[in-house]
Amino acid sequence: MMALLAAETSVMTNNEEWVANVFFYVIAAVAVVAALRMVTTKNVVHAALYLLVVLASVAATYIILGAEFAAASQLLVYVGAIMVLLLFGVMLTRAQIGHEDDLDHDQKWIGGLVSVVLFAVMTYAVTDQWGRQTLPSDRRVQRTQEVADSIFSTYIVPFEALSLLLLAALIGAIVVARRD
Amino acid sequence: MFLNQFLLFAAVLFCIGVYGVLTRKNGVLVLMSIELILNAVNINLVAFGAFNGTIPGQVFALFVIAVAAAEVGVGLAIVLLIYRNRRSIDVSEANLLQG
Repeated sequence: MMALLAAETSVMTNNEEWVANVFFYVIAAVAVVAALRMVTTKNVVHAALYLLVVLASVAATYIILGAEFAAASQLLVYVGAIMVLLLFGVMLTRAQIGHEDDLDHDQKWIGGLVSVVLFAVMTYAVTDQWGRQTLPSDRRVQRTQEVADSIFSTYIVPFEALSLLLLAALIGAIVVARRD
Repeated sequence: MFLNQFLLFAAVLFCIGVYGVLTRKNGVLVLMSIELILNAVNINLVAFGAFNGTIPGQVFALFVIAVAAAEVGVGLAIVLLIYRNRRSIDVSEANLLQG
């Protein structure tokens, strides 16, 4: 009976793994295409919208990995706040919104070469080290309560330092951007 | 699910971000590409957290998100200041400190 139950659970898990894999590959494909469009498009506002797609896909990846609080923060902070900030940056620094030819350097192939070589090196290193490792099939969702317990006990000092850093960055941004 | 598929996804995003930083002239687009790079790092952190079954991966991803928010605030303020002084946010023209 126990063996039967265990077999059934493992079948269920395999099924869920399969579904999660399909979702992951769809999301990853969308994110990679959107990222490529973001770095090649000729329109700054379109680049911001493609970045939005990438950020939402990354949040979906966090959900697949069971990190629910990171996914929620990703949506709130990136999609909600940083996107608006970037669009304000586009609005404040440009006269016209639309197609623009002069967004890239002339020697793009050097950048392409560097990123391709970097990708080859990273692929080799990552596959060499973790090529056969799988995520534990009995992994569970990492609860927000555990994250909060961890932040406010083990990582309380980095957390306070981060609060101070945010305050300093905001004051610095105001001081730099203010007209005097 | 393999750990490697998340790491390779993050590597692809990272390299696209590096390409954007290296080829874009517009300051705001450079900042967007930096966001892409930081997100790739976050995917790695969360993936290793799930791999080990421990919390710190997610906690450090949250720290990186907060640092990214601070970075984009200061970065945009600098880009605005360059635009105000030079009437252009072309980063290849921002060479005031060049000797």
